[in-house]
Amino acid sequence: MKTIQSRTVVLDIDNIDTDVIIPARFLKVTDRSGLGRWLFANWRYDAGGAPRPGFALDLPEARGAQVLVAGDNFGCGSSREHAPWALLDFGFRAVVSTSIASIFQSNALKNGLLPVVVDRATHRRLLAQPGAPVTIDLEACTLTLADGTSARFPIDPFARYCLLEGVDELSFLIDQEEAIAAYEGRTAPEARAT
Amino acid sequence: MTRRTLFDKVWEGHLVRPETADTPAILYVDLHLVHEVTSPQAFSMLRERGLGVRRPGRTVATMDHSTPTTPRGADGRIPVVDPQAAAQIGALEKNCAEFGIRLFALGSDGQGIVHVIGPELGLTQPGMTIVCGDSHTSTHGAFGALAFGIGTTEVGHVLATQCLLQGRPKTLAITVEGRLPRGVTAKDLILAIIAKIGVGGGTGHVIEYRGPAVGALSMEERMTVCNMSIEAGARAGMMAPDEATFEYLAGRPHAPRGAAWDEALRAWRGLATDEGAAFDREVSLDASSLEPMITYGTNPGMAIPVRGSVPEGDPGATLGKALDYMGLRPGQRLLGHPIDVVFIGSCTNSRISDLRLAAGLLKGRKVAQGVRVLVVPGSQQVKRQAEGEGLDRVFRDAGAEWREAGCSMCIAMNGDQLQPGQYAVSTSNRNFEGRQGPGGRTFLASPLTAAATAVAGRIADVREMLR
Ligand code: SF4
Repeated sequence: MKTIQSRTVVLDIDNIDTDVIIPARFLKVTDRSGLGRWLFANWRYDAGGAPRPGFALDLPEARGAQVLVAGDNFGCGSSREHAPWALLDFGFRAVVSTSIASIFQSNALKNGLLPVVVDRATHRRLLAQPGAPVTIDLEACTLTLADGTSARFPIDPFARYCLLEGVDELSFLIDQEEAIAAYEGRTAPEARAT
Repeated sequence: MTRRTLFDKVWEGHLVRPETADTPAILYVDLHLVHEVTSPQAFSMLRERGLGVRRPGRTVATMDHSTPTTPRGADGRIPVVDPQAAAQIGALEKNCAEFGIRLFALGSDGQGIVHVIGPELGLTQPGMTIVCGDSHTSTHGAFGALAFGIGTTEVGHVLATQCLLQGRPKTLAITVEGRLPRGVTAKDLILAIIAKIGVGGGTGHVIEYRGPAVGALSMEERMTVCNMSIEAGARAGMMAPDEATFEYLAGRPHAPRGAAWDEALRAWRGLATDEGAAFDREVSLDASSLEPMITYGTNPGMAIPVRGSVPEGDPGATLGKALDYMGLRPGQRLLGHPIDVVFIGSCTNSRISDLRLAAGLLKGRKVAQGVRVLVVPGSQQVKRQAEGEGLDRVFRDAGAEWREAGCSMCIAMNGDQLQPGQYAVSTSNRNFEGRQGPGGRTFLASPLTAAATAVAGRIADVREMLR
């Protein structure tokens, strides 16, 4: 994954939590597929399950959009990885906000969903223009608007490396076997769980 | 020697490899807690890749989120009628058997909410690193452990390697002076803290709660505070272990014994933050001025003293949406607001001391007509203890339901849920839209406020009933 070029979908609400992203009643699954259907379920569908007209994700101009722009503190709440799974399954590849909750960021990166934290001014411009085309460049760590202005975003360097090079974090950890065994050899027994 | 915080000591003591410019730290995990909702995909991944569980002895599983809390059948078993929940429960049983993991299965003696059973079994100990696929793992920080929630991919990492890749978080000291007044509980304290620093106020940080008001808390109260660290966005919450910690742990099934106990004590006594150690940020507040707190919106930071009012003026998009959902207006007072349901339970407030508080208030009183009250103990052990003390009788006599242990209406995955539009006062930790059932509207509060509200049928100031 190097660049994402897409129009945006805007949800201008702060503190969008993981229960809003995917309500708990859809977590009673043992696999991870097909969760996009329940993305933002409580906002997208009414009590009878019918789509609520005008919800941002279901507007015609949102079709195919890969970038979600949301209010401050996106993804707060639970550790459910179902949240990024649902966003990815729906078709999103990046979420843009001024701040993104820690566990959500970590879960997102492990699945190739980019958490893009931008400055307030850039965020305001994005919120004001739903559907604006943007380019997100992971190599350069930039988000660029149609007029050419661009903002840098921070990203954990190792996660970026893994995404760019297709490195799998678990394989990286497994390769540390010697160091892990050495650690286990030198820790005191009272630190043991059982 | 450099002066170190409690966090620094636990972090540095668990580094398989420190952070470098290019790679995060590799952190060793002492205790991995597993539950049915966030683990099945991780076990599938192990199977797909032909991996085993590296340290089954450091891994403990239970069932809590999607399990029913309805009474047992004649055979003594708890019936699971939801086929999806049954599939998740079955998957955990199968996974634990296949990978050699100890499981506290539904209805068994040790079963309960994962953050209630860890401490009560003595699995949770000072200085440990503890993770679970659940954000309220922060609860275990009350013992001076570094404990935090992880996602399912990371659950797989820990199962396979007993390690995690982690960037070093920053530290935030929250110092609480004074003492909590009568009728004001640990729950009110943490709600006040979150209201003060905001739901994103702890992002990227590990909080250390300190100061005289924190030292005066019981272990169960400390767990209530640390539990909701995640509601402030923090990675974890911690408290220095002290005599109260050691007293709580002594004699628990998995606590060290004999010479190992003495040795552990020596190590644990050295964990507290060194005098003069620096934190990245510091906040302080005075417990003496606090009042019972209640939330009015759809995140835990939207909280006010129970006699206060919803903020006045133009609410803006986020608060406006929250107030619409809650059916409240700017400037409105919450005291006296009618309530349909009261939920007493969750990993925040379902321990024996929480149930004692609620029962103390309900004793000799009746739940108001038309109000449904659910009391759900955090674990089978809490349930037995409460029954031994006759608390179940107090709850039933007052007109409340007394249930089996589990997460229940905190997350509404198991059929215990609000109907659309209903108002609940809940001792749980999240008032997110739909958290307790689609369209359900949650006011978070303490067990005391919940019990007082149950009696009044309206949001009540418990201090008036304590007089
Ligand atoms: S009681 Fe609620 S917050 Fe705690 S673990 Fe269960 S669902 Fe999560």
